[in-house]
Amino acid sequence: MADMMTAGGHVRLGSNAGQGLTRRDGVLKVTGGAGYAADCRPEGLLHAVTASAGIARGRVTHLDVAAAEAHPGVVKVYTHANALPLALSPDNKIHPFVWRMDALQSDEVRYAGQPIALVVAHSLEAATEGARLLAPQYDAQPARVTLDDAEPYETDTTAFGRPSGHSSGDIEAARAAADSHLTTTVETPSQYHNPLEPHAITAQWHGDQLEIDTPNQAIGLAKQTIAAFLGIDPSQILLRSPFLGGGFGAKAIVFGAQFLTILAARDLGQPVKMVLRRDQMYGPVGHRAPTRQTLQLDLDAEGHILALEHDTITTTSTFDQFLESASNASHSVYATSALRTEHHARRADIGTPGPMRAPGEASGSAALEIAMDVAAEARGMDPLAFRRLNYAKIDPSTGLAFSSKALEECYAKAAEAFGWEGRPLAPRQMREGRLLKGWGMGTAQFPCPMFQAAAHATLRADGSAVIETSAADMGQGAWTALAQIAADGLGIDVDKVEFRSGRSDLPDAGVAGGSGHTATAGNALFNAGADAVRQMVDLATNDPASPLFGAGNLGVTARGGRLHRNDDDRSESYEDILARAGLELLRGEGKASREGTPERAMFSHGGVFAEVLVDPDLGQIRVSRLIGAFAAGRIINPRLARSQLLGGMIWGIGFALHEEALHDARTGRFVNNDFAGYHVPVNADVPMIEAMTVHEDDPFVNALGIKGVGEIGVTGTVGAIANAVWHATGIRPARFPIHPESLI
Amino acid sequence: MTFNLNLTINGTAQQIALDDPRVTLLDVLRERVGLTGTKKGCDRGQCGACTVLIDGQRMNACLALALSYDGAEITTIEGLAKGETLHPVQAAFVAHDGFQCGYCTPGQIMSAVGLIAEGEAGLDPERVREGMSGNLCRCAAYAGITEAVLEATREMSAQEGTSA
Repeated sequence: MADMMTAGGHVRLGSNAGQGLTRRDGVLKVTGGAGYAADCRPEGLLHAVTASAGIARGRVTHLDVAAAEAHPGVVKVYTHANALPLALSPDNKIHPFVWRMDALQSDEVRYAGQPIALVVAHSLEAATEGARLLAPQYDAQPARVTLDDAEPYETDTTAFGRPSGHSSGDIEAARAAADSHLTTTVETPSQYHNPLEPHAITAQWHGDQLEIDTPNQAIGLAKQTIAAFLGIDPSQILLRSPFLGGGFGAKAIVFGAQFLTILAARDLGQPVKMVLRRDQMYGPVGHRAPTRQTLQLDLDAEGHILALEHDTITTTSTFDQFLESASNASHSVYATSALRTEHHARRADIGTPGPMRAPGEASGSAALEIAMDVAAEARGMDPLAFRRLNYAKIDPSTGLAFSSKALEECYAKAAEAFGWEGRPLAPRQMREGRLLKGWGMGTAQFPCPMFQAAAHATLRADGSAVIETSAADMGQGAWTALAQIAADGLGIDVDKVEFRSGRSDLPDAGVAGGSGHTATAGNALFNAGADAVRQMVDLATNDPASPLFGAGNLGVTARGGRLHRNDDDRSESYEDILARAGLELLRGEGKASREGTPERAMFSHGGVFAEVLVDPDLGQIRVSRLIGAFAAGRIINPRLARSQLLGGMIWGIGFALHEEALHDARTGRFVNNDFAGYHVPVNADVPMIEAMTVHEDDPFVNALGIKGVGEIGVTGTVGAIANAVWHATGIRPARFPIHPESLI
Repeated sequence: MTFNLNLTINGTAQQIALDDPRVTLLDVLRERVGLTGTKKGCDRGQCGACTVLIDGQRMNACLALALSYDGAEITTIEGLAKGETLHPVQAAFVAHDGFQCGYCTPGQIMSAVGLIAEGEAGLDPERVREGMSGNLCRCAAYAGITEAVLEATREMSAQEGTSA
């Protein structure tokens, strides 16, 4: 009876959860009624524009502040010379989720695009022109912006304190016993999140109370962090982030220009709005760093992997560290008796990288899946058969059993839907007209973290409820899926649930990231609902006037807004129970986190199959079919989960074929920091595409059995496309994005 | 110097006093008129988030200098529904989950309304995809967008059939 989950004792998950409801915020979003941070227009609003550094390393020697301030409408210009102080240095890393920031603390330029001034004006036009008039002059130093000119250094960690290396098993012995040794090198470029909504903030002070509208993926943490740097109490801050226009990791952190805006609003005594221009999102708000990855697979005569080594070289900034932990993607996908992974860091004159949708996993999976195809080819095996041969029954990096792993079912379902059977082993065997056709596949895998969350669920006298947690909906569907879970926790219909979310004066829902938000906030909401029901059960079963009297604490089930006796068919409505108790409101509280050291390896899995068509003369590549099947535990809302999975897979198309940020080697500046030059997939790039899910019960991952679907779609897909390109052309891609000229 | 700009926005004639000739139609709508449904994603005509109808044609409002459209009729996302009744394109976007974060959505929908009016794409998914490719969706809700445009096209031609 897996559907009759009774984690809360009296309630079951399943009446609302599992339904493919349309988005509860859908009408707001299709009518223009959903309010984003840049839509705020408080009375007396001033507009702020930052000026960005045009060099990658050196000092600002002159800014024509007089010219900017003389421009009609300009109110004030802030530079390093008159910067307003923060309570802590913006270079202070007060916790691992703080990135060292640029808030005009000096004249030093550490990367191109760094804010070097803030111009505040009565209109956006005046602020924009004021920033242009600053005409900065620099003392520039040579820029180091690529993997090759960046400076190597030693570090024991990659990101969030994770170790930079891993070793298990005896790799030298395994290698010596192997029959063949296959080395693959893959390079990935700098990529930028590019949410369609640029980072924005509207800040206003009411006395010592600060109100900010700014999109953020970790509302509670952001409030704490902003308070610490301002030297005020967190209770003095109200942060609103009801809708994020995409985040993908870029909005998980706070950044310097937000503080410049907040400080200006306090200094000027008026609300101030600052919105980054598209080009200004290249530098100060994170990116996926480039990698150069080398993999060695050592196989026995049958094709079993005896040893797997994955080595990554990547860049971070000169002043902070976040490493794209690509090698970790090889830890848990395929069986091997020996495993060694390493990361090597280099410092470049760039903004600090950060987590970007499937950080580490996306880049690492791309390389690993190519290496797997190289090995399958060397063994003369079908790529899927080769992966099945090396199916990991336990996590090779830890020796732990998987909490659940329906990967084989994913392979089977996606392969059948795709029509993989009968695929010719050799490349260049299939054509469609004059185009070369190829088929490739890859394995998708993504971890299932849990963060910490708290929630309230309050039943009202009319049988409706209000649920509260500071969840962040950046498009994944939190407004809908979390309400479905909460409604099941309360045992009422989701239509009776009012959901308050997206603001910092609510219980902390943790971070919307790591594909762990639905699991974390969802479990907290469910527990809050169950707590409210538990209190109501106590009221009813102890009340001689209730038909539930004497049913006993475990003799009652909540559903449909009523408590039902388990021993006969009597029941009572929530309204009646609350009315007789004289209660207008009954509030439950819930929390969720994962305690202790996990005794299982917890991952979502999937199989992705791609077909590409390649022009033999021009090298143009089109993904003509893309099909994935995923096992991700309990699916709360199949409609929204499909959208998340499809979105991730299309990010895989972008990774494989489009996305690449390029610097000018002489100045270190970007040459393509806009949508004309930095390509992301458009509608015409996405042909027949499908994402399916397979049933998976997971009793270990958390009480509700929820994994995550936000990021896994990127993994597997990139490699599947690259492998299809090889199958079409016989040319093995060695770098992403795969350029047409590399195929002719 | 003040410039008088006459626009009919969502059916209502408005005279807007502009203190600055540099203002784009997008910034007039968002910052001066207060119609913030139309979004700014790139401010240089590359993403389509600001798509509105100008005299019935879909255009990037960020590339339209407001004063050069004096006298024009503008339709924005706020002007599409009839009271509580969604326009068929809006309803289809909800039904087919043609969006995630919702930020590009007003532009996608206005672009779809324009595309359907142009009558060039019809019910050919390939042409719909091509015709909608000026509107980026970073969440990549493209499959739902295409399904929504096709359904709305069918729905609107059926409605036309019954009213004719």
